[in-house]
Amino acid sequence: MTTSGDGGDLDPQLDAFSVDVRDLLQRSVANLYSHLVTRPTGRAVRLAIEAQLQEISPPALSLVDLSSVSVLDYSCADEVVAKLLLQGAEGSPPRGGTVYFIFQGLKAHHREPILEVLNRHELAAVVQAVGRSEPFQLMGVRSSLEEEVWSAIESRGRIPGARIPDAFPEGRQREVVDGLARRGLLFRHPLRGDIHALSHLARRFE
Amino acid sequence: MKILEVPATLSYKTLDPFLGQVTESADGRVLLDARGLSWIDPVGMIGLLSAGRFLTDRSEHPPVLRSPESSEVSGYLSRMGFFERAREGFELVSPPPRRNPGASDVLLELSTISENHDVHDVVERVQERAGHILSRTLRYPPSAVVQFSVILSEVCQNILEHAEAPGWVAAQSYNWSRRLGRHVLILAVGDTGRGFRRSLEGEHSGRFGDRWSDSTALEAAFLHGLTRFPDQGRGQGIQQMRRQVRRWNGVISVRSGTARIADVPEWEDLPPLEADLPAFPGAQITILLPERTQESE
Repeated sequence: MTTSGDGGDLDPQLDAFSVDVRDLLQRSVANLYSHLVTRPTGRAVRLAIEAQLQEISPPALSLVDLSSVSVLDYSCADEVVAKLLLQGAEGSPPRGGTVYFIFQGLKAHHREPILEVLNRHELAAVVQAVGRSEPFQLMGVRSSLEEEVWSAIESRGRIPGARIPDAFPEGRQREVVDGLARRGLLFRHPLRGDIHALSHLARRFE
Repeated sequence: MKILEVPATLSYKTLDPFLGQVTESADGRVLLDARGLSWIDPVGMIGLLSAGRFLTDRSEHPPVLRSPESSEVSGYLSRMGFFERAREGFELVSPPPRRNPGASDVLLELSTISENHDVHDVVERVQERAGHILSRTLRYPPSAVVQFSVILSEVCQNILEHAEAPGWVAAQSYNWSRRLGRHVLILAVGDTGRGFRRSLEGEHSGRFGDRWSDSTALEAAFLHGLTRFPDQGRGQGIQQMRRQVRRWNGVISVRSGTARIADVPEWEDLPPLEADLPAFPGAQITILLPERTQESE
């Protein structure tokens, strides 16, 4: 992680790349399916995403676009969504740096398998329904306070480190901010302590 | 050569006694006489193929299959792709009827599942026809085709991940006008692999002790989502299929070894758990999806 050196705009410098899952599937599995089904297929897609992540410097923001996936089964959702998130989760083997994920292009039929695997692994993810104007949402396992704090950060986009006590005056709220950052559901600038909604970072790369 | 008569009706209701007869006849060459067959559904077809593989595995010579005399039944079996699959396990007495290359009313022909791409293939093929049958015949919402595809994928993966042997899948819809007064879709999957008890015993039999059996193995997998894999993400497939089938007020049953377990709605009379069935290798999964009625909408 580096920052710009002149002390001006110290926005985080995350590498970002956008992954169209259909493109990956076509390249890595060599079958032109828009159906993300079976565990081996999901594993191949995840490995392809991880191979791309190896090529960029962490921390990184990964946008995984599911808008072209017409069928997503539970096995594939587990291999792609859950295992990508698990490898960055607390207590898991280090990936070599933090990667933040946003799962974009969600359609109604993606929600159930994704929610199921998130619940099963006690994970949460930042997601956005198909359509650029759709709001970003937190999906999966979270408390009402986590939802409340995450939504507050999401609505503001970025909160400078010095203003966090004003934004979250209660100690338990600030603990939740820490927890959300550890879970990769928001980004905390390592030097300034600013907190960023992942959607705020994603928009910077549009 | 032993001659074994295939019953006139071979369906999910009548398959068990036939499989029992097959296992009792396994020594020496067997002729399966299907001349009197007048009705067969996907469960029966996969049962017949499974019988063929079972007998092939236990004899120097493949079993012989005598085709149904009824041209209607033979034609239907041909449209379902039965004879193409049967050639792999049987010696056929007479050449089967030619398959009409034109349009077919079949939802999903008998397909072999032995590799990952076979699952992709059936999911791909079923899209258009499943959409038509699910929406027009069963009156399910348009989103049902995706949910059906997910069920199809998960049920086929069960073969790849647990059987360690190839299996088959087939689906078709029927008008059960007399029995139920509505249409029903039958999805059948079967294999002659190692079955649930053997698949799970290394990981889970210890905690069951003397109670470990086909029934307890099915309960462990079907009710509690246990698998042989330590990965926490495994075992969801059957649970998710059960949930979706329940939403559609359907039946899902899994038979393995000597036992069968099922989720059964009020319109079906299958027992929820059966033990001491005739032993047969592998696993057979049956899903029945009924047409929506005004009450269920």
